[in-house]
Amino acid sequence: MNGNENGDMDGEGNDTAVEANETAANGSATGEGPGGTRPGAGQANAGDAAARMEPTGMDATGMNPAGMNAAGMEQSAVKPAELACPQCGVVVYPGEAFCENCGRQLIAGRPGNGAPRPSGRTRCVGCGEAAVDGEGYCEHCGMKQPADRDHLEVELATPGGPVAGVSDRGKRYARNEDAFAIAPHNTGVAAVVCDGVGSSPRPETASRAAADTAATEIATAMGAGAAPGDAVRMAVRKAATAVAGLAESPEAAPSCTFVAAVTGPDGVTVGWVGDSRAYWLSETDTSPAADLADTGELNSSAVTADLRGDPNATSPDAETLPLGPSRRLTDDDSWAAFMVASGALTEAEAEAHPNAHVITAWLGADAGEVRPHVRSFVPDRPGTLLVCSDGLWNYFPGAGDLAAVLRNAQADPAADPTGAARILVRHALDAGGRDNITVAVLPMAATPSTEQAR
Amino acid sequence: MSDQPQFTVKIDQNKYLPEGGREVHAIVSVESAGGAVASGASAGAQAAEVIIIDTSGSMTYPDTKLRSAIAAAQTAVDTLRDGVMFAVVSGSNSARMVFPQQAMLVPANDRNRTAAKAELKRLTAQGGTAIGSWLRLADQLFDPYQDGVRHAILLTDGKNQHESPEELDAVLFRCAGRFVCDCRGVGTDWEVAELRKVANALLGTVDIVADPADLVADFRAMTEAAMGKAVADVALRVWTPQTARLKFVKQVMPNVADLSAMRAEAAPQAGDYPLGAWGAESRDYQICVEVPPGEVGKELRAAWVKLVVPGAPGQEAQVLATGNVLAQWTDDEALSTKINARVAHYTGQSELADVIQEGLAARRDGDLDTATARLGRAVKLADEAGNEAVTAALRKVVDVLDPVTGTVRLKANVEKADEMSLDTTSTKTVRTRKDETVRTRRSEV
Ligand SMILES: [Zn+2]
Ligand SMILES: [Zn+2]
Repeated sequence: MNGNENGDMDGEGNDTAVEANETAANGSATGEGPGGTRPGAGQANAGDAAARMEPTGMDATGMNPAGMNAAGMEQSAVKPAELACPQCGVVVYPGEAFCENCGRQLIAGRPGNGAPRPSGRTRCVGCGEAAVDGEGYCEHCGMKQPADRDHLEVELATPGGPVAGVSDRGKRYARNEDAFAIAPHNTGVAAVVCDGVGSSPRPETASRAAADTAATEIATAMGAGAAPGDAVRMAVRKAATAVAGLAESPEAAPSCTFVAAVTGPDGVTVGWVGDSRAYWLSETDTSPAADLADTGELNSSAVTADLRGDPNATSPDAETLPLGPSRRLTDDDSWAAFMVASGALTEAEAEAHPNAHVITAWLGADAGEVRPHVRSFVPDRPGTLLVCSDGLWNYFPGAGDLAAVLRNAQADPAADPTGAARILVRHALDAGGRDNITVAVLPMAATPSTEQAR
Repeated sequence: MSDQPQFTVKIDQNKYLPEGGREVHAIVSVESAGGAVASGASAGAQAAEVIIIDTSGSMTYPDTKLRSAIAAAQTAVDTLRDGVMFAVVSGSNSARMVFPQQAMLVPANDRNRTAAKAELKRLTAQGGTAIGSWLRLADQLFDPYQDGVRHAILLTDGKNQHESPEELDAVLFRCAGRFVCDCRGVGTDWEVAELRKVANALLGTVDIVADPADLVADFRAMTEAAMGKAVADVALRVWTPQTARLKFVKQVMPNVADLSAMRAEAAPQAGDYPLGAWGAESRDYQICVEVPPGEVGKELRAAWVKLVVPGAPGQEAQVLATGNVLAQWTDDEALSTKINARVAHYTGQSELADVIQEGLAARRDGDLDTATARLGRAVKLADEAGNEAVTAALRKVVDVLDPVTGTVRLKANVEKADEMSLDTTSTKTVRTRKDETVRTRRSEV
């Protein structure tokens, strides 16, 4: 849940934010009916699928690029590899939510939507006994098992190694209004995190629709050979349309924030609207001091790159930035960020202000034209990409803070991304858990080589 | 069993606990509707009735007691449906068959009813009172009919003087769950606490019939109620988490009766509490579970309540209805300080029964300060609950100066019957007057 009013900034929000947000690309999908890309449609088709994801279990969707294994040698290096359904092996298309052949869910992060749980007793998340009954209570310790969205864990095998997402309702709110979706594409993976705006109606429907729509769109576009930056812009447009379609009227418009990260051989591309964030945690940061230098920054080169972005760009992003030590990759669309960037307040002053977390951009029927920020990076060392909602970063705002949490817990995101995500969520809960908490963990095992990919 | 009534279980509680909160209270409302009553030979389960009349010597002082008891028992016999298996027993130092002569039950029909009434007319009174021996004979008579509804009426006028309390306790232990017994005391020479113990152990009611002339109507009502039972031996099966402790299970409507001691282990982490026989009726129960404190946001099933007909050994119980008692910790005081109105109501009425019995005991012991304090508290609680029967009974024992504060003065002269009447009325409860009201929980330590 994004608990802040978003109405306060009407009139200045998007237009006067510190960075010139990119103008929506030409050919925007205004004609598209919202129903076409809404998650419900895809799910209805596969509604009878037997193998829905078990929400609390580790579900390794584990799509393998089939072409790389079998006929890979004969295929052209530039032709996208084909994806195979991990269950039945048939070729599936990037962005498909479900396998057409066997109904297996292919995009991770979606709760089961009330689909029957698999037979056989599930293990209790409280006491570990295999004693969870049909009503979701443990017959040993009595604990109510987390509802689909109350606590959701997903791990996905990708060509670059496992990635994971964990979302938790937190301690204060009755429901989880965050949503995330992770979709593998031919050369990497896309992760989307959306945070429902608490002051809007049914915000959980907005975040769900946005995350599902965007992840599907990014994977589809990447599969079709789009540049990551274009894929993200397209995804934001489709997600914005889907969310706007949920509104009964502009006055009752479900809304949410948005952040997406796409990995691939070219590096990392992030795009966002609102105050959900992406971070880069370098594997080789050794001393906390190195992190500190980088916390809470507004990276000037990044701003420059953002400003330079061609508003009508459909080609690969003109400029990418090197990615070295741990750092935040996004800059919030928020009152605090705006005040700091405009020089009106110091960061401390802005953070202390009641308006600090009021967001200045969001997806929703009342949001007007949505222009995402998009940035691309090329890591020069291994590390981990975090994509998260403010339920996490409120407690650990700096990249160094987050890196320290993982380092102190001796987490190994590359080997166990779910474990790393759990540690981060656990720490946010222990720190108060006042908001919904969502984090996707995308380890980047090796430095991608631009020369090789091009 | 296809004609069984439909049972429903409803849970009333506030599931929210403050941080560190441990005690979960809930009202379990059980209601049954429809269904054919158990009858004679045609139905699978037969109804059985044993009428036990005290024929100790004191029943002839005055003689109206015995004559009224005979008339009442005759009415009860007339009220039995055709085919119901029955017998009449008389009790003094030992128990004796009145009808039939052999120790067995016979079906109700015109011939047997006429014969039973004729035998009753010939009853004379002599000897002492040994209630345990009477119940032992009833138990023997019911033995072949354990599948059906089994009900006894016990009428006495005196204390259980001709056997030891231990002997009576042993019989009650033996008979618990074997039949239901409603107990009536006639006159004022019997002991309420003693007869209440018998009634509670055998899941029946206890009442005073101060005027023998009222016995006929009372026996008719009891017999009619027994004839309305459709299911014998319903039990409340209560599951609790491994780390929890079930503090009590009480019936709180239509009267307060603690069932905690009657637990029979039924399944892992679950025990059965006998609820006796059921017709179309509703009763309420209160349960209290102590759970280990959980972190804010966590939800627990603190108790899983199932209404069951326990199977024969080795057989699965038949589950009639279920309900969940929940616990969820919150740091939102607006949630955790709400107290469920029905929980508050019945907690108050349990306390009402306790303070009346304590007050009357103190009064008998000459501790007038305690008696005044307890009965004053009772006046206040009865007023809050809207329990007019108890309020009326209290006003025959104390002068009420202010019902709101519970300021009372003990009456100087109290009829023995009025004191006993207050005692038997103390456990009778009323339903919530204003179910929708929410009161604030007294702050928890
Ligand atoms: Zn398949
Ligand atoms: Zn458990």
